Amino acid sequence: MIYSYFPGCSLKGLGRAYEESLLPVMRHLGVELVELEDWNCCGATAYMSVDESKACVLAARNLAIAEKAGAHDLVTPCSACYLVLNKTKHQLHDSEQMRSTVQRALATAGLTYGGNTPVRHPLDVLVHDVGLDVVKEKVVRPLKGLKVAPYYGCQVVRPYATFDDAWNPTTMDRLLTTLGAEVVDYPLKTKCCGASLTGTLPEAGLRLSYILLKEAIRRGADVIATICPLCQFNLDAYHDKLAKRWGPVRIPTVYITQLMGLAFGIPAKELGLNRCFVPMKPLPAEPAPAPA
Amino acid sequence: MQADLRPDAPTKVRRTIKYESERVKGFGREVMAVPGCDQLVRCIQCGTCSGTCPLSVYMDHSPRQIMALVRADFKDEVLRSNSIWLCASCYACTVECPREIRITDIMYALKQRAIKERLYPKRFPIPVLAREFTNMVRTKGRITETLLVMRLFMKANLGAVLSSWRQGIGLLRTGRFVLRQERIEHRAELAAMLATTDNHAEPAPKHNQEAA
Repeated sequence: MIYSYFPGCSLKGLGRAYEESLLPVMRHLGVELVELEDWNCCGATAYMSVDESKACVLAARNLAIAEKAGAHDLVTPCSACYLVLNKTKHQLHDSEQMRSTVQRALATAGLTYGGNTPVRHPLDVLVHDVGLDVVKEKVVRPLKGLKVAPYYGCQVVRPYATFDDAWNPTTMDRLLTTLGAEVVDYPLKTKCCGASLTGTLPEAGLRLSYILLKEAIRRGADVIATICPLCQFNLDAYHDKLAKRWGPVRIPTVYITQLMGLAFGIPAKELGLNRCFVPMKPLPAEPAPAPA
Repeated sequence: MQADLRPDAPTKVRRTIKYESERVKGFGREVMAVPGCDQLVRCIQCGTCSGTCPLSVYMDHSPRQIMALVRADFKDEVLRSNSIWLCASCYACTVECPREIRITDIMYALKQRAIKERLYPKRFPIPVLAREFTNMVRTKGRITETLLVMRLFMKANLGAVLSSWRQGIGLLRTGRFVLRQERIEHRAELAAMLATTDNHAEPAPKHNQEAA
């Protein structure tokens, strides 16, 4: 299985552990991710706040490059990238004016937008293309006894995802169960983490992260699993400030792909697990696999 | 505020409600003309958006009020409010709205308008972040988050640098503090692409040159 791969800026920066775990896990499952050549920032939420046409051009350049690269689906792991690329497809489909603006811009670089590259999330690919039965076959170290709160965040499930529910998504829950983990009931799974407000307006932004962390602890989770680099950062990197404001809510937040890697027997070090502010404890007792 | 009821008290009063003549006629229609915002006309003021919004408790006008104010041409109240900047784009309201109004997109249209007309609270870090973000993308093609945040702190909130030193150390310790600016190869190409949207009106200055 071959897919085009759009990592997005975060996966080369604050969220590098996401890429470090995604790539080996996908390789392990026989999925080849081919990184788009010279991709640019999707524009995220910030560009859309400033200029809609430019935001569309930015995202469309990536879509056009993907089309040029071949007839593969485009996989993007970051929630903001996933939303923006899909949103742009919708905008270009709905508005003829926007389409011609974008085509004119792309033409200056010899690119063109045809609109036929599906933009997909790894969760979608893992559950619907690879299949949970294939994932199960690869599990050598089941995550038995590990209680996980599945946290999806906003922008993967809302408003463009067609592969899961906007309020009560279950793909990650099922994936975690397949890995042998115990999924705790976590009703806040699609609530906002505060996004960039944690930095720009901490009083409002950090409170949202705090609520998510506190509820995960109250529900008995050992760890929170996430699929978004900004969610991971917000839930992992502000514990000092959170504790000072409202009291300690220390619980590790890791990427679902890191948990998959552990279950596949890939060493923690190769999965970027050393990059967490709040480290994840070693898996609950079970004879460790024979040291290599 | 307590009223001063002494007989010699100055008779200053402040009106809390606007007269119709003070509204900016046509503002609502302009917003509704933005692609994706046309459904606003169907709003029934049910308040589902305010109820689902995780940030409405911090807003000076709730999302429902913003919808009503836009429609009623209260331009200044809308564009100067903190509500549009508090929207974190979680799309909860958009998914829940029984009238299928794309509230998040309306908030984007309002942010764009406020930036264009420079009508936002001074030194408010959110629009400053948006501006620094777009500058970095336009010139480098990619965002290097740690560098972006440092620029934001310098422009909007120097105090935040001091209160974030622990986080900085944490990022260094975990190897997530990136100092090397990520950039794409075809930066000029990208800049040229983005520039094509600047001159909507006359896309043919070349012809003029040829004619001259």
